[in-house]
Amino acid sequence: MIPHMSIKSRISCLIAMSALSLSAQVSFDRLLHADKEPQNWLTYSGTNTGQRYSLLTQITPENVKNLELQWVLQTRSPAEATSKYESTPLVVDGVMYTVQPPNVVVAVDAATGRVFWSYAYAPVPAARACCGRVNRGLAILGNTLFMGTIDGNLVAIDARDGHQIWKTPIGKPEAGYSVTVAPLVVKDKIITGPAGGEYGISGFLAAYDAATGKQAWKFDTIPSSADAPGHETWAGDSWKHGSGSIWTTGTFDPALNTIYWGVGNAAPDWNGDVRAGDNLYTSSVVALDADTGKLKWYYQFTPHDEFDFDSTQVPVIADINWKGSARKVLLFSNRNGIFYVLDRVTGEFLLGKPFVKVTWMDGFDDKGRPHRTLSPSPEGTVIYPNNQGGTNWYNPAFNPRTGLVYIPTWLDTYSVYTKRNDQYKEGNQFNGGGATHDVPALRPGANNNRLPEVGSGAIQAVDPQTGDVKWQFKMTDVTDSGVLTTASDLVFAGGREGYFYALDGRTGAMLWKGMVGGQVSAGPVTYAVNGKQYVSIPAGNVVFTYALRP
Amino acid sequence: MIGIGIAFGLACGVVTAQDEEHGVTPQQIQRGEQIFLSNCANCHGPDGNSIPGVDLASGKFRHATTDQDLMNIIQNGIPGTPMPPGNYPAAQVQTIVAYIHSMKESSASARTALQGDPARGREIFEGKGQCLNCHQAGDKGTSFLGPDLSNIGGARRSADLERSVVDPSAEIRPANRTVRMVNKDGTTTVGRLLNQDTYSFQVLAANGKLMSFSKADLREFEIMKTSPMPSYKDKLSAQELADLVSYLGTLRGGAR
Repeated sequence: MIPHMSIKSRISCLIAMSALSLSAQVSFDRLLHADKEPQNWLTYSGTNTGQRYSLLTQITPENVKNLELQWVLQTRSPAEATSKYESTPLVVDGVMYTVQPPNVVVAVDAATGRVFWSYAYAPVPAARACCGRVNRGLAILGNTLFMGTIDGNLVAIDARDGHQIWKTPIGKPEAGYSVTVAPLVVKDKIITGPAGGEYGISGFLAAYDAATGKQAWKFDTIPSSADAPGHETWAGDSWKHGSGSIWTTGTFDPALNTIYWGVGNAAPDWNGDVRAGDNLYTSSVVALDADTGKLKWYYQFTPHDEFDFDSTQVPVIADINWKGSARKVLLFSNRNGIFYVLDRVTGEFLLGKPFVKVTWMDGFDDKGRPHRTLSPSPEGTVIYPNNQGGTNWYNPAFNPRTGLVYIPTWLDTYSVYTKRNDQYKEGNQFNGGGATHDVPALRPGANNNRLPEVGSGAIQAVDPQTGDVKWQFKMTDVTDSGVLTTASDLVFAGGREGYFYALDGRTGAMLWKGMVGGQVSAGPVTYAVNGKQYVSIPAGNVVFTYALRP
Repeated sequence: MIGIGIAFGLACGVVTAQDEEHGVTPQQIQRGEQIFLSNCANCHGPDGNSIPGVDLASGKFRHATTDQDLMNIIQNGIPGTPMPPGNYPAAQVQTIVAYIHSMKESSASARTALQGDPARGREIFEGKGQCLNCHQAGDKGTSFLGPDLSNIGGARRSADLERSVVDPSAEIRPANRTVRMVNKDGTTTVGRLLNQDTYSFQVLAANGKLMSFSKADLREFEIMKTSPMPSYKDKLSAQELADLVSYLGTLRGGAR
């Protein structure tokens, strides 16, 4: 209380004292040039390229052994095994924003872990998600955060005080629509789409006005109109419940004004008999005009997917030397076990090579169409890789200095794929069969007493010039962790065993490990506050943040 | 209007009697208020008088004469009317009843006798009162120093709003506290106190910037026990006050 002052002078004084520095908004220009401010982590993948490559170099292969814990953020969730912490945090000018599952946003001081505010979104009871009440992260534009919810909404939240600004429905939760993907900001639009591949949804990718939440354009991942190209790839009315879900964030090339996005599986997952045809654009990557959502090209990794392989991985943008000349490419580490290089201007198939044991196909034709060898059967068919794939939503990373792609990998695991007849019923799973999981899709507990040959995990480094695996860092259990790489040629990643590793990006040698005591299902990030570099990783119920000891 | 809250001094006066009669505490009444405003005010209004013929603050009820009657209605609803069953634990029902009793006292004592004009109140809010210098309401204002008033009419009773305008320091809710910090170089920062621990403060500055301060870096700091908002008791006439309160009562959920 400041006595003996007029109202006007007291208020003016308070405002002057409070406004020591202007709150810097995150303009789209900042997002476009996020690589120029490596002290921040402004998008799901750090930049629009999806490379998860940071220019911070304070932590090096020589000193990384001196990492020590700086702070820990405990959470109340996940309350159940299916509520894994899959969110990649954002860091904006010293403030970290993260999502505790399923939809609790927390703003914390990135240097101390102290909480500024939290926003607890309460999903309606009708919300259903096939494979976990999860969220993979936020997007930010201006002073607004954007989050998808497991009951099928997109919400806008004021980044300053956690106040909800608007909420827009994406899809009906009763019909299995949920939003788990971290949105992507392109200009003044928020790009997102619904998960629900196991519920026979009608998938789409859509752009929403950042200020109002109003839908600006929509791309149907399953062409619904009879005269739309691709509609003919669905037998009969099978397109109506064909899924084509969206659940991992895409990338954006401003020079080509194109967004790239991976599309989920066809439904029913394991019985393709009722949906004869290639089932476009499921299990594909689509290249869309960023302003209209119009299709520029597509490449289907798994035509007529009968394995629930999806193609919901991050399409990594890179400009590389390809056979003697500069080329704009997409690097795509697919759940189907194959690493791809595509020309991102034309969609031309340049390379496809398995990075794990693969038996569902045995090669490509000249156009890059895979030659199918196996399918699910009523009695069950053994097929590699397993239903969780050679990799999955866990993000890869690309380091332009080493020229290597780092892929979180489930090594040489198989499933027995079985098909059966299922009838679509709104809100029920529409799978058409099943797949065995000797390595469980969801970790059931802290113990691993499986035989090693059943399946193990690794971080693998792949040379995009050849598709060859250059090095492999193996773990006894599998990994659902994303990967981070830096300009000091470090690679950070974790695994289900509860370790968080720093690896030499050129050799795969382990340089440091920290015990985080819970499975890592999110992507690590690095950032700096007041010149000090931090590395942060959610694991179990907790966010752990490390820096070099003084 | 930082001190907006329930008329707690008045409520405490009730509590003395309630304590003797029902054994309720101020905290229970506050809990009852939270439940009422979250669940009951949608139909009854924050003042308890939005349904024609029903004024919960009057202390007279058409279907109840005892506290047990009230508890039964809250629990079971009133068949044949829009009043639904509440399905609250018994302890929560008691807090709601205690709060309803407190409404009668606070309304009778604090509610202005004058009829306000919301249009004139808006002029005061946006002009003479300079309320937007510290508050936001819908799409008006940019400061985060005071609490957001976009839904204040749906969350607080008229009596509470009036009380906060004339005596902002009567009760400051924890979420609305301010902290004043002086760095060792003499620069001063005042902001909303979001969080604190032994070593640090986390604040929201008026410009919307989230800031963290190490106490070791501060020359002095103070969590302000009084509101930085001035009292409008002698700044507005009784009619102007009624107009302003009337306008605040219209602020119900406008998004910003």
